[in-house]
Amino acid sequence: MMSNNGVNFAPFWHNGPAPGSFYNFPQNNIKSNSAIDEYGFQRNGGPITTGTSIVGVKYDKGVIIAGDKLVSYGNLARYHNVDRVFKINENIILGMSGDYADFQFIKQYIDEIILSDFSADDRIVLKPKDLYTWLTRVLYNRRSRFNPLWLDMVVGGMQGEEPFLGHINIRGRSYTNDVISTGYGTHLALPLLREYSEKGPLNEETAQQLIQKSMEVLFYRDCRGYPKYSQANINANGVTVSDHEVKQNWDLALSIKGY
Amino acid sequence: MSSIGTGYDLSASQFSPDGRVFQVEYAMKAAEISGTAIGLRGKDGCILAVEKVITSKLHEPDSGRRIFTIENSIGMVICGLITDGRAIVNYALKEAQNYRREYGQTIPLKILNERLSSLFHAYTLYSAVRPYGICIILTTWTEQNGAEMYCIEPSGVSFGYYGCATGKAKQAAKTEIEKLKLNTLTARELLNEGAKIIYRVNEDSSDSDTKFKLELSWVGKDTNGIHQICPVNLYEEAKAAATAAMEQGDSDVE
Amino acid sequence: MFRNQYDSDVTVWSPQGRIHQVEYAMEAVKLGSATVGLKSKDYAVLIALKRATSELSAHQQKILRIDDHIGISMAGITADARVLCRYMRQECINHKYSYGRNHPVGRLINLLGLKMQTCPSANFYDCKAMAIGARSQSARTYLEKHLNEFKDCNLSDLINHGVRAFAGTLPNETKLNNKNLSICVVGKNYKFHCLDETELEKYITAEIVGTQPTSSASDSSEVGVGRTERHGEEQPPTLNPQDPTPAEPATEDRRMQ
Repeated sequence: MMSNNGVNFAPFWHNGPAPGSFYNFPQNNIKSNSAIDEYGFQRNGGPITTGTSIVGVKYDKGVIIAGDKLVSYGNLARYHNVDRVFKINENIILGMSGDYADFQFIKQYIDEIILSDFSADDRIVLKPKDLYTWLTRVLYNRRSRFNPLWLDMVVGGMQGEEPFLGHINIRGRSYTNDVISTGYGTHLALPLLREYSEKGPLNEETAQQLIQKSMEVLFYRDCRGYPKYSQANINANGVTVSDHEVKQNWDLALSIKGY
Repeated sequence: MSSIGTGYDLSASQFSPDGRVFQVEYAMKAAEISGTAIGLRGKDGCILAVEKVITSKLHEPDSGRRIFTIENSIGMVICGLITDGRAIVNYALKEAQNYRREYGQTIPLKILNERLSSLFHAYTLYSAVRPYGICIILTTWTEQNGAEMYCIEPSGVSFGYYGCATGKAKQAAKTEIEKLKLNTLTARELLNEGAKIIYRVNEDSSDSDTKFKLELSWVGKDTNGIHQICPVNLYEEAKAAATAAMEQGDSDVE
Repeated sequence: MFRNQYDSDVTVWSPQGRIHQVEYAMEAVKLGSATVGLKSKDYAVLIALKRATSELSAHQQKILRIDDHIGISMAGITADARVLCRYMRQECINHKYSYGRNHPVGRLINLLGLKMQTCPSANFYDCKAMAIGARSQSARTYLEKHLNEFKDCNLSDLINHGVRAFAGTLPNETKLNNKNLSICVVGKNYKFHCLDETELEKYITAEIVGTQPTSSASDSSEVGVGRTERHGEEQPPTLNPQDPTPAEPATEDRRMQ
């Protein structure tokens, strides 16, 4: 009696009817996506629609996470106005790169947690570290079943008074740091970010400038990049999510000759 | 109830010779001996008000809550066996979660009401279980459908209401509610009216603070469709209005 | 309490809208020895009397640790309590694994309340202080009387209050000692833990000489530092003469603690 439309209410007695069993929804037993052949089983691996790099910077009093608004289908720039940076609740912001469908899947469960926090009405809410741990567990669990969620995520927020910034990848490997980036950002943005962050704690303004610079570099160099990006900023005053655009300068292009 | 003790009242799956199911009626009794709860539906929202009986000084004021929130927009008050109520709240939360997984939106109150009614009804069909000993009132407000309110009884019967009452002083509360012009009042105004009714129908309202605690919640246009426990300032205002009305009432009698 | 035809099953309502089996289950609690819980703004304390089923047996544990931040004290059927204890421990471990934080106690209790739907004495209350078990009424009377003092108590004062409330519940022939008394503490800077025998001894001595908990909040909050000032006007703890002290409830049931 598990398939009561997903609601698992105990049957009245052993093998007896269960409340809710009168509106069973068909198609609850989704077949696993593995195909068994002589070599064992194979999985369909690999992302389909993807978002590229996310950049996250922790400053003395808060955190900024930014990511462009493009979702690609392979090499095709498919969806041009998609947010990849989210406010989760008053304490948490989240940026995603990787398979967008996988993210929509996991986001639904995150939103459920937030909603049930609201329903419980006991002043206990999800904090960034809680979500970071939870995502680590989920992603690790999925990869261990050879069915990973193709995601690279950056969690930021306020853990009480302290800013928090953490990274979880597809394999459930996670770490926290003052500056974090995913995708091509690890190669293109991180060196820049580290150069500044290693000198000591940043203030909000420098963090803002660093993000802007990173997004600019990423747009120019990452072929799956995009000039429009969204940015979430969290500190003691709350969360703001805003849209931005890289100021483009192609003057240089004229001097590139001989290719 | 002349059939009490004749043996036809020991199981929910057995009719008495005059065609009644006593176990369901007895379950109803459980709902009727608990503190009064009322729901009022106005033109731009609904309110819930409960007389939460305080059984011990040692309890924290917030303990044993009777008003719950389903997701963020549906209010639910339970009246009767509180533990049964909590089980129902949990079930409603799961139904709402399940609906959201299927359709990506909050469960419409009409649907939730149907599903909960079915659950109540299922528990009146078998001798191996007992009917739920609670009445519940469900409220919400949406841009699309405006204010909605339903009340479900242990039998599984449910109706939509403008105003409804369950619990000890059900009758007195109904009489009071009937005096209100509900469709002209806002949720904000109803908070005060709800508080007044709870205080008025309370048998021993002298020393009322140690006997019961008023619980108030609202959902409507003013709350953006979010169901919330009444904020402190409005709560105090409603309570003051209720106490003032009581004193007014007393002096009228003299 | 008299037998009637409506009390044979948890699935039967009485004409008055009661479930007698559940009410009888509540009676089982009164057969267990008393236990007291109370809290200040920084600490929570559990105190319980452990029973030994025979001269040769050890005392049965009454207080169980669930997690670093939660412990339970029980009165009634110990085996039942252990089942619930195991469930709660599991929930706490799972929660810590999933979210990396302690399971909020309110939510844990809520889950517990949903655990057994067909035996729904599953009521729970968030309390400032509480006493359950045999002859616990006198402890509740004490707790109600001193309710407003607890909030600002330091730890040792809080424990003294608890032991005083608890003393009234003791059977006549029973004397407190470091074997049958159990005191556990959780709060600021302290994970849930039980006091060891030397610490217990201090509170027992304090109780016997009639130490009064000071109502002023002092900074000394070290465990085991029993306060020794004596307030002249207050009497050493004696049972309120109005409180009847029934003999130990007769139960041969060894499951009952």
